[in-house]
Amino acid sequence: MGVVKLELQGISKAFGSFYANQDIDLVVESGQIHCLLGENGAGKSTLMNVLYGLYEPTAGRILVDGKPVTFRGPGDAMAAGIGMVHQHFMLVPVFTVAENVALGAEPTGPGGLLSLDTTRRKIREISDRYGFDVDPDALVEDLPVGVQQRVEIIKALVRNAKVLILDEPTAVLTPQETDELLDIMRQLKASGTSIVFISHKLREVKAVSDVITVIRRGKVVGDAPPTASPTELASMMVGRPVSLSLDKAEAQPGDRTFVVKDLTVRAANGTNVVDGISFDIAQGEILAVAGVQGNGQTELTEAILGVQDHVSGSVTLDGKELLGLPVKDVLRSGVGFVPEDRTHDGLVGPFSVAENLVLDLYDRAPFAKGVGMNPAKVAENAAAKIKEFDIRTPSAGSAAGTLSGGNQQKVVMARELSRPLRLFIASQPTRGVDVGSIEFLHRRIVAERDAGTPVMIVSTELDEVVELADRIAVLYKGKLVGIVPAGTPRDTLGLMMAGVGPEGGSDDN
Amino acid sequence: MTTATASKPGAAGPTTAARPSLKVPVSLGVLSLVALVFFGFFGPSKTAEMKVSEQGDAIVLPALLIPGQAGGIVLAVLLLAMAAYSIYLWTKGERSPKWLPIVFAVVFVFALLVWIVAGAREPSISLAGLIAGSVTLAVPLVFGSLSGVLCERVGVVNIAIEGQLLGGAFTAALVATVTHNAYIGLLAAAAAGALVSMVLAVFSIKYLVNQIIVGVVLNVLVSGVTGFLFGTVMAPDKELFNTPPRLDILPIPVLSDIPLIGPILFEQSVAGYLMYVAVAVVWVGLFKTRWGLRVRAVGEHPQAADTLGINVNATRFWNVTLGGAIAGIGGAIFTLVTIDSFTKEISGGRGFIALAALIFGRWNPIGAFLASLLFGFAYNLQSILGIIGTPVPSQFMAMLPYLVTIFAVAGLVGKSRPPAASGIPYVKG
Repeated sequence: MGVVKLELQGISKAFGSFYANQDIDLVVESGQIHCLLGENGAGKSTLMNVLYGLYEPTAGRILVDGKPVTFRGPGDAMAAGIGMVHQHFMLVPVFTVAENVALGAEPTGPGGLLSLDTTRRKIREISDRYGFDVDPDALVEDLPVGVQQRVEIIKALVRNAKVLILDEPTAVLTPQETDELLDIMRQLKASGTSIVFISHKLREVKAVSDVITVIRRGKVVGDAPPTASPTELASMMVGRPVSLSLDKAEAQPGDRTFVVKDLTVRAANGTNVVDGISFDIAQGEILAVAGVQGNGQTELTEAILGVQDHVSGSVTLDGKELLGLPVKDVLRSGVGFVPEDRTHDGLVGPFSVAENLVLDLYDRAPFAKGVGMNPAKVAENAAAKIKEFDIRTPSAGSAAGTLSGGNQQKVVMARELSRPLRLFIASQPTRGVDVGSIEFLHRRIVAERDAGTPVMIVSTELDEVVELADRIAVLYKGKLVGIVPAGTPRDTLGLMMAGVGPEGGSDDN
Repeated sequence: MTTATASKPGAAGPTTAARPSLKVPVSLGVLSLVALVFFGFFGPSKTAEMKVSEQGDAIVLPALLIPGQAGGIVLAVLLLAMAAYSIYLWTKGERSPKWLPIVFAVVFVFALLVWIVAGAREPSISLAGLIAGSVTLAVPLVFGSLSGVLCERVGVVNIAIEGQLLGGAFTAALVATVTHNAYIGLLAAAAAGALVSMVLAVFSIKYLVNQIIVGVVLNVLVSGVTGFLFGTVMAPDKELFNTPPRLDILPIPVLSDIPLIGPILFEQSVAGYLMYVAVAVVWVGLFKTRWGLRVRAVGEHPQAADTLGINVNATRFWNVTLGGAIAGIGGAIFTLVTIDSFTKEISGGRGFIALAALIFGRWNPIGAFLASLLFGFAYNLQSILGIIGTPVPSQFMAMLPYLVTIFAVAGLVGKSRPPAASGIPYVKG
């Protein structure tokens, strides 16, 4: 099979009465990198799952080289030359690279016994051609995320994919790995593979795409050339003009009231997931903690809050030791905490918005009345917060779990900011949040800083770190690589995220 | 216990490379001291006789004669040496080799045996009989645990092994009696086991009912149904419905005369030989074939399998069904080999022991086989020691298999990892 032209005509996909995709037309020319740009929840992944045969479209048809096709499953899509790298890798962790690549199309020898030699050879071939450096006999669970992603790409290429769908491929990568991936994409394109690149990161999209199709709320908004400005693209994504840059005044750091010294968190396997970290944050300052996911950020914030075991070192706020205190006392000391996984740790999904807004204060006046609650006060509080934070909810009584990601995050943020704070910690404050809400949440965080609170932001999105930080701390494998001032070049930050210390010893650690 | 110091919370000192756990050296040390004190110093004065071959065997070997106390001391010293080696390795920051606890366990059990036998009224035991009997008792366990392996490897927890064994036992007895053919009974048992499994498969895979609950309910259901049919059909007319012909023992000439090994490997019924074949086939199948790769992928990461065009739920369904058929054959052993008729609850909880064996065997057919042998040994030891008259009360002896199970699963399995998707139903999207 040669190059493939792919057409989607009028694709709709409904889940119940909700349309994730509505009447979508898309043409992917052969040998192009076609970007699908849209916010989280815009329907990009659904569309690609339809194209890959995982979902059956409610309406519309798919044409490969002008001929209509029906995909009953991924097998059919693969046979038509379509390969997909999912956002969450579809690799069996306890299998070797070769076993993962072979799975589903295993070469067998006499008696139906597996013979993976041809698979190994093919993996080495592809690995050499694109400089992947993948060992066919390595166990997948031992490989770094970036390499796992290459295994996914190899999986598609071994199956002769002519169209490669990459679903949010850069979400899990360091900036350097992202650059490498973009290079790989260009190489693949040069060798005739078309790529559908799904992303919501404007910088990458502009760097690599030939055509950009913007999707909003399940519909195609329109196409844009890669030369379009980030502001134009963002406005297309959101559906209204947005300002991408945050206007914030110069920080006015005051006393260094929050001090962390030699904080160490030991994991069950005996390794230190947070390893001797020391830093401090001044009043009226935002310290952003950058790093690739899984380098100790979660444990660091949880240790401060007091929900981690096996913690040593010291964490003081206003001169008072927080380590060893029950979580409730930590919160009562004036710590506001936005956890990274809001649906899991930040909200009680089936509870109403109003109830979620008082989860931390339900047992005190004015929300408590004797052993009962004071529903009037709870409702009053909810009405005020919904207005103040522009929470889009059918009513204060709606279950929090039914709101969109951005609005759920506003509920969490509203609750945590409703107490007088001495320290504000927000983990991944805008993960999975629409661009419009990001703007709002960022402004609230800066407002909290300007009110004189020490603020700690943990984010894996470099854009967000650069946007908000007054100082940037970079974590790598549980260790603090360094603390650098805002305005440090992205390249330097990227290297730090891969464990390389800042040159010139500029860290004030 | 000093083992706890290795993982004491809060003591986050300086970063050191993870030291191997103290669990193995310490438990070996404690056990060998126990052996020295009880088997050695307080060892019985009589001499234990261990017969290796039976009278009338083609090759008759002399019996092992081991003086109780001296033997106990020698064995205990051997154990102490192994424990010391393990501790020495630990001080050097190395892990004990895998064979060490196994060899230790074998020697310890032997010392225990010497101690018990030498202390008995008639200090004589047939080692060959003990081992051969262990294998016989282990056969249903092996089939049961293989069934569990097949199901769990594909992502379905099979608590219903007990029900499958019982269903197989009942059906085998009934069909073999009616057809006057044990082999047809064996086939019918497989079908019955498969049928029980299909119910498990349909409810847990198609209707997403909690697998543990379906399994437990099936056990109760099969127990009730077979109990009812036994009472209303079999018991009133035993001649017609509950006198199954036995599966013939088919000794392989010459080979079956080898002392110790002969009766174990080469003097079995069809079902016994089938057990060895099944273990080998399941192992090769799971780890060396296309089918096995897919099965394991479905049990570890069903979504990944789905995106590669593998039908997850069909794979699960047929594997669970196959597992049931294998357990059904295991059930037939009760009525066609060990005992010659069906009685209520004839499987007597062996299905749960099989479940333990598969976990102890780390979801590996060979591991499950060896674990089943251990449990079979415990069952057999219990009855043989009862016969030779040990001073240990029989109630305690009856606890032996279950004690072994608890210690094996809790203590020795350590950190084993079940298939990642085991017990989790797969829903697309």
